[in-house]
Amino acid sequence: MEEEIGFTKEHEWVIIKEGLALVGISDFAQNQLGDIVSIELPKIGSKFKYMEAMAIIDSIKASSDIYCPISGEIVELNEDLLEHPEQINQSPYDLGWIVKIKPLNFKENIKEFTDLMSKEQYDKYVGEIE
Amino acid sequence: MYYLRLVLRTPFYAIHKSLGATMLDFHGWEMPIKYSGIVDEHINVRKNVGLFDVSHMGRFEIKGPQAYNCLQNLVTNDLSKIKDRKAMYSPMCYENGGIVDDIIIYRIDMENFLLVVNASNRQKDLKWIVEHSQSADVEDVSDRLVLLALQGPLAQYTLQKIIDLDLDQLRRFDLITTNIFGTECMISRTGYTGEDGFEIFFDSSQVEIWNKLIQQGYQSNIKPVGLGARDTLRLEAGLMLYGNDIDKNTTPLEVPLKWTVHFEKDFIGKNTLMTEQVTRKLVGFEVLEKRIARQGNEVLINGSRSGFVTSGSFSPTLKKSIGFCFIPLQFPTEELIEIDIGGKLYRAKVTSTRFL
Repeated sequence: MEEEIGFTKEHEWVIIKEGLALVGISDFAQNQLGDIVSIELPKIGSKFKYMEAMAIIDSIKASSDIYCPISGEIVELNEDLLEHPEQINQSPYDLGWIVKIKPLNFKENIKEFTDLMSKEQYDKYVGEIE
Repeated sequence: MYYLRLVLRTPFYAIHKSLGATMLDFHGWEMPIKYSGIVDEHINVRKNVGLFDVSHMGRFEIKGPQAYNCLQNLVTNDLSKIKDRKAMYSPMCYENGGIVDDIIIYRIDMENFLLVVNASNRQKDLKWIVEHSQSADVEDVSDRLVLLALQGPLAQYTLQKIIDLDLDQLRRFDLITTNIFGTECMISRTGYTGEDGFEIFFDSSQVEIWNKLIQQGYQSNIKPVGLGARDTLRLEAGLMLYGNDIDKNTTPLEVPLKWTVHFEKDFIGKNTLMTEQVTRKLVGFEVLEKRIARQGNEVLINGSRSGFVTSGSFSPTLKKSIGFCFIPLQFPTEELIEIDIGGKLYRAKVTSTRFL
């Protein structure tokens, strides 16, 4: 079965894979930011609450916080991004993934999952912004 | 109550849209910020050639027997040091030494001058110049003339293909009138990128010249360039931007513009500039960590807050985070400062404002 992708209003995407939440930013977000030139990643083992800032992306024109879409603990980082942050521009849903989160509290996490927008809902949401 | 917001567009607006540019409000002008991407456009100007629409900048004609005296009084640089058909860069100051604007003055002859001023200052400058015109004729010709900039190491190669005049004869800051595709143009060897290049003035009705220049530049890999890359190019080249690095609260002596202030002649602001104590200076910095400092970030020296970043960006050429900031006059270069980015402190090294 294909994993389902969900989106936040802050333009993060989430894919649940083997019990972990894989997180990145949407194609719309990378396009709005323009050339991404650096990223500050969280530490492995650090814990974040829902919608807490967990990473910072610097594009050539602006700095943007990346918010935690699923409260939990950071278990893996895409360290390639430190040398090649442009992968977020080039491949936002694949090579440009940012962190893997281990969800901590399933009671809260269920609401966070169900609040995510589907691809169709997100496209409509973005269409309204544009 | 009705609130009408007027958005200004240059005659090239439709062309920018057709090229897929991302448009942005720049001081009331809807201008292209990028086409292919800021970094790509920036690198192409350093390597090949880029074409910029800078028609949002103000253009004034100053004419008549009093034109020269009027301008000599208005600007800090010395117009007697250039000949006819030459351009000169200069700040224009208030009595208190603060900068009204930084402008390019084209001396066509002693009774005919063309000024290019910042888009954000057009109305203010016009008023200021008219108030100090000493009976010279002042006319805002911004709507009648457009201005394109062709910049990069292949700018001469590209332009030479379409004009008869030998461009080797056109030196830096020279100005000529010639024809391009049958349209009379004024061309100067000037720019705001730190590269060789030209600025081309012509009648606003001749927007097709943009497309023709792009066609001619095919072999040079010419690309259109937006205001995003214009900003990173000028920053790397150590060129200041009015509203960021200089404004009415800064004097030319606090920033690397001492060379434009000539005390041997009279000008508005001279008395203050001759007597005031300079206590701070604009310097360059390089952030030693992987964050981009931006305008408004606070600068700390030995732990105490002592100034602000006036411009800051990623340098596509150096692949570093660079910028300008004010620090106390006596502070040495090469020393470390700290910059507060989003509440966290990052180390930076003081450098020259010229990064390349």
